[in-house]
Amino acid sequence: MADSKYLVDVKDLKEYFPIKTGFFGYEPLKAVDGVSFNIKPGETLGLVGESGCGKTTVGRTLLRLYKPTGGEFRFNGELVTDENITDLRKQMQMVFQDPYSSLDPRMTVEDIIGEPLDVHKLCTSRADRRERILHLMELVGLNAEHATRYAHEFSGGQRQRIGIARALAVNPKFIVCDEPVSALDVSIQAQVINMFEDLQQKLGVAYLFIAHDLLVVHHISNRIAVMYLGRIVEIADANELNEKPLHPYTLSLLSAVPIPDPKKARASQRIILKGDVPSPLHMPSGCAFRTRCPYATEHCAQEIPQLTDRGNGHMSACFEK
Amino acid sequence: MEESVKIEAEGISEEAEEKVRENEENPVLSVRNLHTSFFTDSGEVKAVNGVSFNLKKGKILGIVGESGSGKSVTAYSIMQILADTGRVVEGEILYNGKNVLKFNKKEMHAFRGDKCSIIFQDPMTSLNPTFTIGSQINEAIMLHTDRKTRKAATARSIELLEMVGVNEPEKRISQYPHELSGGMRQRVMIAMALACEPDILIADEPTTALDVTIQAQILELMKSLQEKMGMAIILVTHDLGVIAYMCDEIIVMYGGRVCERGTADDIFYRPCHEYTKGLLRSIPNIENMKERLVPIAGSPINLLNLPKGCAFCARCDNAMKICLEEVPPEMEMPDGHFASCWLNVKKAAEQEQAEKQAGAAAVKAGADTTAAKADEKTGEAEV
Amino acid sequence: MDTARKNPDMPLPKKNPLSLQLDLSKFEKATDEEKRQQDVMSESTTFLKDGFRKLMKNPLAVGSIIVLLAIILMMIVVPHIVPYTYSGIIKVEGVKDPGAKNLMPFEYSEMEKAYMAKGGKIFPHIMGTDELSRDYFVRVVYGTRVSFLVGVFASVIVVIIGVLYGSISGYFGGRVDMIMMRIVDIIYSLPDLLVIILLSVVFRETLDFSKVPMLQKLGANMISMFLVFGLLYWVGMARLVRGQILTIKENEYVLAARAIGAKPKRIIWNHILPNCISVIIISAALEIPSAIFTESYLSFIGLGVALPMPSLGSLASDARSGLQSYPLKLVFPAVMIILIVLSFNLLGDGLRDAFDPKLRK
Repeated sequence: MADSKYLVDVKDLKEYFPIKTGFFGYEPLKAVDGVSFNIKPGETLGLVGESGCGKTTVGRTLLRLYKPTGGEFRFNGELVTDENITDLRKQMQMVFQDPYSSLDPRMTVEDIIGEPLDVHKLCTSRADRRERILHLMELVGLNAEHATRYAHEFSGGQRQRIGIARALAVNPKFIVCDEPVSALDVSIQAQVINMFEDLQQKLGVAYLFIAHDLLVVHHISNRIAVMYLGRIVEIADANELNEKPLHPYTLSLLSAVPIPDPKKARASQRIILKGDVPSPLHMPSGCAFRTRCPYATEHCAQEIPQLTDRGNGHMSACFEK
Repeated sequence: MEESVKIEAEGISEEAEEKVRENEENPVLSVRNLHTSFFTDSGEVKAVNGVSFNLKKGKILGIVGESGSGKSVTAYSIMQILADTGRVVEGEILYNGKNVLKFNKKEMHAFRGDKCSIIFQDPMTSLNPTFTIGSQINEAIMLHTDRKTRKAATARSIELLEMVGVNEPEKRISQYPHELSGGMRQRVMIAMALACEPDILIADEPTTALDVTIQAQILELMKSLQEKMGMAIILVTHDLGVIAYMCDEIIVMYGGRVCERGTADDIFYRPCHEYTKGLLRSIPNIENMKERLVPIAGSPINLLNLPKGCAFCARCDNAMKICLEEVPPEMEMPDGHFASCWLNVKKAAEQEQAEKQAGAAAVKAGADTTAAKADEKTGEAEV
Repeated sequence: MDTARKNPDMPLPKKNPLSLQLDLSKFEKATDEEKRQQDVMSESTTFLKDGFRKLMKNPLAVGSIIVLLAIILMMIVVPHIVPYTYSGIIKVEGVKDPGAKNLMPFEYSEMEKAYMAKGGKIFPHIMGTDELSRDYFVRVVYGTRVSFLVGVFASVIVVIIGVLYGSISGYFGGRVDMIMMRIVDIIYSLPDLLVIILLSVVFRETLDFSKVPMLQKLGANMISMFLVFGLLYWVGMARLVRGQILTIKENEYVLAARAIGAKPKRIIWNHILPNCISVIIISAALEIPSAIFTESYLSFIGLGVALPMPSLGSLASDARSGLQSYPLKLVFPAVMIILIVLSFNLLGDGLRDAFDPKLRK
């Protein structure tokens, strides 16, 4: 029996993409390589990392937009498979990063929000459909008069609201938010973050909140997982991760975040990592971070460090720290 | 924009006075009342509406604003690299006292690249994918400096790449842009921009496309290069964190107008424009982690439909009737920075009134006390 | 972060010479209603409306639309007005008039002149007559009709097959795409003229059109021509649609539709095709002139419609023999072909400028 205390329970999730290397040869690109985490109902797990670390792939694999290479994902205790995913899509949904390309330019707002209702045949009549759409629009703070307008007539923030309303249409318990505020202007980001928080309070949804902006993730999340090259290197309570980061990568990530405060910014000692993220096709042996890590030793090159509990559910994957 | 409301110098603190003086003293670049418009099918898009600022030698000036605020267009206007439909309709851009807008083709060519260069947001699209890194830097060097032979140019290229922290520069010059990572490409772009040691470097969102750890590297590099070479940098970005870390002076733009300009401390610690205040309130911060954020309401402005008055009025919590009707004048704040907000005008007016009343009261009170003193004196005398 | 509020002792702006003239009533707080008036959304336009507006601004496109409409009107109306047929010899008072051959425009034969002298009315031969005493204007109009229909019909076939094939290939990708595209490559490499000649010979021998009167009139060549269009010319369209779909598929809204649980049919039909419809329409509009051209040159070399049905190509071919004496007979069908092909090409360009999002600013 699965532990159904968790709404989302991911164990050793793997997603390899075949990359053509020669005329016949394929090599696996290990986008996600053994990721495990869980989310309780109504909780927010933040997932941070740099581009190419596989955080978006995790989100998409959970919704089976990609077929996972390995590992298992239990939703509410039920193992997710190809067979039951269509039904489960009524319970988990996704909000996308780019509010411009995630809405079909040839559809009206009404049709975009109504699509999940049509697909799952959730409406009894046209009037019912209309009513539910207007209710959703109100929920995300959109003006009902705009139901017949096209997506391109809205600003980025409003478009993101439409995308959120679409995700909420099926009344999901879990939403994967894939960088939902990264493409928005600073002054709009706060609106959308507040809305995510309000909706969570009102509807009790759980979020997997994927972002690269640590401040935003810290603000919205209960717990945060840090990814580096397909693996989770540290996972902890949001405040604890910020105050006592253990993994050297988390440490440097935190110190690299530009603080919007000139005096603090001038005073801060930034740990500036050397070099670039290695290509996931040519991963270093052992710990993937060792090529940039100031504390790397021989040991790191030989063995892959596993996540170990350091107390209070604070897990870190590092030999040295 | 309307002429700034000048305040008489007397009464301003010493520090502020110095700031004003510094500001006026031979800036390397001075933009006066710049208006840039794009003429599209749907009408004239007024992207920049009267922007004025001074760029001092060896300083980093940050232009911050959201998309559509005209910050990039301002930068492009300086370089005269606007899209075909765009045109500077009014104002002047003075480089060492000479108007860039009046330059002929030859002078403009010498200005661009020689005196002023630009790096763009996306290093992938701004490098030509069909040429090697080396040949692209060489081209810039041979075009703008007196190193006319390929050999001399290559030597300089390697020197430049080394300077911007590219490892193994001898190997890199024969590589193509797609073989480099995003951070490396941005370094190459910076090397190209610095090829002829410009006086002004315009950086248009130089780190937006990069990861946080790479962004930190690039910012650090820009800062150290600036200290080494002493050029002035105009940093265009929407990221307040980057601005706070990098800039000496900051311009906050909204709807194609300058809301506020001043030093980093002025803007971050003593904001005098409602937009700046709202912006600073709305970003998540270590201190307000578990509180609700305070967003700026509404949506960004539609440049085709600029309001009659202050561009920000529709989203401003404290908007007044005058904000809807009239464009606020730029006004000098007591600490020497400039803001364009009617609330400041109101405050000043109120204070003046209060002062006048207080003055009248004081005069009255003064009269009373002298009378009292006189009484006392007479009393004393009597004793 | 409201630092201004945290520093209450920050000095206020000092004396302001303007303040004396300020009207303090203006400094009252604005109501939400007043603020909302500032925040107007621009007028709602749809993609089609916007594109159509742009198309109407393009003088060349508008001109070609007018020319095409005039030609279509002529094709429909003329056979009802002009009292001659495309196949019959001109008759005066029910008597065949063999003298009415090779007349110049607006010229009358002896018999007609005699009839007119008697007070009869003769409809003028606007473009003269041909060597078999048939009214040339009617023949040109019928020829235009045939050519036009061939063009439109061929492009319809091409669009249907090409879009279906291309969208399946593009959407499913992978191995399906590989096999389907190799088939396209093979078809692409066949010489079309040779195939048309071969097919028309085969069809003439094997197919029996006599039972279907409509087809009989057009002849085996025509049928084979349609079949050839159906078999060969869709490949270009299929490639185009596939390419479009590959790019549209990458958009997040397709991913979003999959995340919702939409089936491939729904995704192709509701999301992908509406977004490449403009490209399809544009290339369909450009397909018509190329089909007309093909028809014309096939008719010109004698592989077109069956006699006596005229097409613009066969008219031009017939005119070749008497080119020295009657050059006008070549000029009329040639001008017609040029007008049609040019108009469709210009319209296609106009459509592309107006609807292709990639060219948009």
